[in-house]
Amino acid sequence: MPAPALTLARAAGRLSRGLGRGGGTSLPGKVLLRLRPGAVAELAADLPRGATLISATNGKTTTARLTTAAAKGAGWRLIANTAGANLLSGVATALLDGVAAEPNADAALFEVDEAALPEVARQLQPRVVVLMNLFRDQLDRYGELERLVQDWAGMIDDLPSDATLVLNADDPAVASLHDARRKTLLFGLDDPWLALPALPHAADSTRCRRCGARLVYEQVTVGHMGHWACPDGHLARPQPDVRAVRVRLEGTEGLALRVVTPAGEIEATPRLPGVHNAYNVTAAIAAALAMGVPADGIGDAVGGAAAAFGRGERVALDGRELVLLLAKNPAGANETVRTVLLDPEPLHLLIALNDRTADGHDVSWIWDVDYEPLLGRIAQLTVTGERAHDLALRFRYAGMELGRLRVEPHLERAMDAAVADAPVGATVYVLPTYTAMLGMRQVLVERGAAAAFWRDG
Amino acid sequence: MSVVRLGHLYPDEMNIYADRGNIAVLDARLRWRDHGLAVDALEPGDRLEPGQHDLFYLGGGQDRDQAIVARDLVATKAAGLRASVEGGAAVLCVCGGYQLAGHGYTAVDGSRMPGLGLLDLDTVAGPTRLIGDLVIEAELDGERHRVVGFENHAGRTRLGPGARPLGTVLSGHGNNDHDGGEGAVAGRVVGTYLHGPLLPKNPWLADVILAWALEHRTGSRLDLPPLDDELERAAHEVAVGRPTRR
Repeated sequence: MPAPALTLARAAGRLSRGLGRGGGTSLPGKVLLRLRPGAVAELAADLPRGATLISATNGKTTTARLTTAAAKGAGWRLIANTAGANLLSGVATALLDGVAAEPNADAALFEVDEAALPEVARQLQPRVVVLMNLFRDQLDRYGELERLVQDWAGMIDDLPSDATLVLNADDPAVASLHDARRKTLLFGLDDPWLALPALPHAADSTRCRRCGARLVYEQVTVGHMGHWACPDGHLARPQPDVRAVRVRLEGTEGLALRVVTPAGEIEATPRLPGVHNAYNVTAAIAAALAMGVPADGIGDAVGGAAAAFGRGERVALDGRELVLLLAKNPAGANETVRTVLLDPEPLHLLIALNDRTADGHDVSWIWDVDYEPLLGRIAQLTVTGERAHDLALRFRYAGMELGRLRVEPHLERAMDAAVADAPVGATVYVLPTYTAMLGMRQVLVERGAAAAFWRDG
Repeated sequence: MSVVRLGHLYPDEMNIYADRGNIAVLDARLRWRDHGLAVDALEPGDRLEPGQHDLFYLGGGQDRDQAIVARDLVATKAAGLRASVEGGAAVLCVCGGYQLAGHGYTAVDGSRMPGLGLLDLDTVAGPTRLIGDLVIEAELDGERHRVVGFENHAGRTRLGPGARPLGTVLSGHGNNDHDGGEGAVAGRVVGTYLHGPLLPKNPWLADVILAWALEHRTGSRLDLPPLDDELERAAHEVAVGRPTRR
C-alpha cells in the first residue's frame, strides 16, 4: 500500500493524543478509510493466520482479551483492538497501528460492535467469526434484536467458504445461525448448578424461531440462554463441541472451570467473577481452538489474564477496593447484580447512569433490570451520572428505604462519597454505563489509581 | 381502601420499553395512599369480561410479537375492551400499544395490521424511525402539564375527528413529525408514544389515570392525597433539559 495514506492517518492519531482528545483509537482509521477505501482488506491480507472477529451484545471485550491471552501464550504475535474501539474505524486504526508495531504479526483478533460486524466482516474477510449472544440493548441505536439476527445471517452467507463459525449453543438466536455447510464449533455451559429458578423478566429470544411457540428450558443460565427446546420439536439447543462441564463461582473473585473440548479437557481459574464470565471464558477457549491455538496452554493463559478496563477491574482507592462492573443493558446488569450478591458482606454500591450516544439516549432499560434482590443487602447505595434521578426513581419504586439512597449526579463527588461511606478495607461495587465508566476511570487515572485505557492490554 | 383491578394486556409480548415500570408506578402510588392494585395478565387466547377491570394497560412490542398480538386482540379481546370502555374503564396504551388502539397499522410493504378501534386514529409506517427525547404539553381533566419521555417509532399517526391529541409537542417528533400533536385521548382512553417509561417521571399523568380507575371501581370521584414527589420532579426536570444539554 502507498505510504502517504498510512503516514497521514498515523499522524492524525498522534495529534489526537497530543490534543488530549483521548487515545486516538479510531481517528487514524477514519482518516485511512477516507483516503483509501479497501485499506482494511489490504492490511489484513498479509497475515498468515488471518483475522478473527468476536461479536456479542455482552462480553466481547473480555472474550477478545482472553482469546488474545491464549494466542499470545502460544507465542503468536497478534494485532488486536484492546482499547475497545470496535467500529470499522477502530478496527482500521488497530490494524494500522498493529502492522507498524508488529510487522511480522501472525494474526489479527478484533472485538466488533454487533451492528458494525457485517461491514467489518465484508472488508476483512475473516477466517474465524465468534458470535456469543444477542440481548436487547440500546433500542434507539441498534433497533430490534430480530434485525441484528437477520443482519448476522446475511453476513454469514457472505463469509469466505473456509471460514469457521464459533457459535453459542445456549442462545437460541445465535444457535439458529448454525449452517450445516460451514465449519462450526459450538460452545455452551453444561453445569446444572448454574440454573436460575426461572427466565428473568429481560429474557428476549424465548420463542421457537420456526413455529413461534414459547421455548421450554431444562435450565436457564443467563437471560434467555440455557438448555432450550421448542415444545413441538422444531428446534432445540444443539450439543456443544466445547462444553464447560463444571463451573465453580469463587464469590466475586473469580471462577474455576473444567471445559471439555475436541482437543481434550481444559481447566482454567480466571480472576473474573460470575456466570456471564463463564460464557466469556468458554467462548474464548472455543475461539482459540478455532484459530488453531494448541489446547495445552490455553487454560493457563486464560487464567492469567487480567480483567479488561471497567469489566471486573479492581482499583484501590483510599484504603477501599473499587470493583468496576460495566452494566449497560438489562441482561448484563442482571449478571452484575447476581455477581455482586455473591459477596456475603453488606453491600456498598455506586450505580452510574449516563445517556450519551455510547450509552443510548433512552434510559428506560433500567426498569427491565432486576435490582430487587439487592434491596435487603444494601448498606449504602449512591446513584450518579447524568440520569442519576432516573435510577433513584427506579429504586424508590422498587421499595428501597430512601435513607440508604444518595443521589449525586456528579461522578467524582459520588465516587468520593461512596468510598467514604464504606469502612476501610471494604469493597465498593461500581455499576456504570459505558461513558460513566470512562468518566470514573479518568478520575482514577488522574489520581494514579488506574492506568489509561488506551495503554490497557 | 379500594383495590383497582388492572388488565395488563400481553405482558410477555408487549414489554419492549420497560413497560413494567408503568405498572410499578400505578401499584406504588395506590399503595402509598392505602389502596391496592390487582394485576391480571391477559395473554393471547384469554377473553375478558366487561366490567371486571377498572383499567387496561397495553405496552409496546417487537414487530414480530406485535403482529401476533394484533390478530389476537381483534379475535378475542376487541369486543370486551370496547364494552369495558363504554362502561367507564380507563385504558393506557403506549407506543406499539397506542398504534394498535387505533384502526390499524400499514407497514412499509403495504401490509395491514388491524387495530382495536378504541381511538379514532390510523398509523402508516414512514421511511425513517422517529427517535429521541420528547417533551409535550398535555391536557387531561382540564389541567395542563408538561409530560416528558422518549419516543422510538416508525409509524406516523393521524387522528380522526373522534379523538384529540394528548398534547402539543414542545420538543421531539410526536404523532407524525408534522402536525405538532402527540398522543390521543377519547374519554378515558389515553394513547401516547412517550415511554421512558412514561409514568415514573410524570406522576401527574399517573394520578389522573388512577383517579379514573378508582372512580370506575367505587362509583364516586375520590380525592387522591398528594405524595412527596420530590425525586419525580427532579427526574422530570433533568429529562426536560436533556435534548438541549446532551
